[in-house]
Amino acid sequence: MSTLLFFALAALAIAGALGVVLNKKPVYSALALLLNFAVLAVLFITLHAQFLAAVQVIVYAGAIVVLFLFVIMLIGDSLPGVVIRGRTRLTLLAVAAVAAVLLLAGMTYSIIGGAFAAQSGALPGNGSVQAIGAALFTDYLLPFELASVLLLVAMIGAVVLARKPQQ
Amino acid sequence: MDWINLLLVPAIKSLVLIILLLTGFAYLTYYERKVLARFHVRLGPNRAGPLGLLQPIADALKAIFKEEFIPRHVDKWIYLAAPVLALIPALIAYAVIPIGPPLTLFGKQVNLYMADVNIGFLYILAVASVGTYGVILAGWSSNNKYAILGALRTSAQMVSYELPMGIMLVSIVLTTTLATGVGSLSLVELVQTPRPWWVWIWLWIGFPIYFICMLAETNRSPFDFPETENELVAGFQTEYGGIKFALFFMAEYINMIVASGIMTTVFFGGYRGPLVDQFPALGILYFVLKVILVLFLFLWVRASVPRARYDQLMAFNWKVLLPLSLVYLAITAVLVVLV
Repeated sequence: MSTLLFFALAALAIAGALGVVLNKKPVYSALALLLNFAVLAVLFITLHAQFLAAVQVIVYAGAIVVLFLFVIMLIGDSLPGVVIRGRTRLTLLAVAAVAAVLLLAGMTYSIIGGAFAAQSGALPGNGSVQAIGAALFTDYLLPFELASVLLLVAMIGAVVLARKPQQ
Repeated sequence: MDWINLLLVPAIKSLVLIILLLTGFAYLTYYERKVLARFHVRLGPNRAGPLGLLQPIADALKAIFKEEFIPRHVDKWIYLAAPVLALIPALIAYAVIPIGPPLTLFGKQVNLYMADVNIGFLYILAVASVGTYGVILAGWSSNNKYAILGALRTSAQMVSYELPMGIMLVSIVLTTTLATGVGSLSLVELVQTPRPWWVWIWLWIGFPIYFICMLAETNRSPFDFPETENELVAGFQTEYGGIKFALFFMAEYINMIVASGIMTTVFFGGYRGPLVDQFPALGILYFVLKVILVLFLFLWVRASVPRARYDQLMAFNWKVLLPLSLVYLAITAVLVVLV
């Protein structure tokens, strides 16, 4: 049952990912991305990682894709796409193909060979809010605090950039 | 037997919940019109049925029988999907709110909530953040400058006011640790956890901050910028008519009911009240009464406060509400650690 569910969801996630790349209209791409994120959230739930599922929806579906849509709406999506021809196109295709093959090989290697498959949070309770909070505030306290400083810096940077230049 | 618990009971519960919410929506419009009429020293709807009680049904029939009109310049699929995307988050948010203590029906114990998940608060935040899509997509697909301006304003407003709202919810979660030392993100446990009396006073001090956030989240007056009719015609709803317009209307009012349900649960003890332990059915009555009272606050504000200006709205959020809620969170944290 759960295997069946996994494959159905995985197919849907891949369909969403393909939709992002293949759609001509940016808004449709953003919506396909939203589908992908939503399906990932459901996959997290099937792995008993409720916290990750909720955060996936809050951060990615609720904030990031909204931001994408904002930008698309403000810039407008009726601009003609940039078409690259000739040798540049061939070079870009070659680079993309090499990168894709490397990425695929790396992922396949880590899925088949590593402890990745066995250790994923399939234990009930491992992905709960309590477990993640405990891990963040004990074992990973330093990286956690460093990340918050990084976010603060980003925020200040955004404020500085957005301010009107002084007369 | 297993499938009864797994599928049938939740299916029946969600059906009942959806019917209740839709009826609640219909009569909330009636309630609003009657209350506003009292504020304006008018009578309000009084023609359809006794006391005008059939007015919502007449309105619904009218909306259903209007012509299904799709303007030619819209992006058809997204245009049709947007009202649905606005309504669904409004309907599913009630899944984690307990509307009464467990009851015994037909010899079976029935819990009066859909799911007691340990991420209840996060679920509410997640549903709230997804609720923006209906508005954004409606504005974009309408291909109309008023619609897109309304949608941009609304989504910016909703995204911004989610911040102080989330921070206030964090403060409330902190107070659940007072009783047992173990906090919980479940709304069901929140209602059941006994807390000292001063916590309630502290919560009620924070209630106005949260209530203002909810006014903005549900796009209610004085923050009803999606439909500033004197500047934007009707904002993101401009190109919608008939039942599609009614769906947006439904989403707004059901969002109000949901917000009131959350505020009742979080700030006013949910279904708790005198004699609930002896007569569990009384809990539902308390819950409904409290929700109606909180809804009255929404209508009261609408009748008495004029609409703010858009830049004031954003400045108020970032310069007043957000710092206030952060201070509230800090004081709550100190209180929880000291006591």
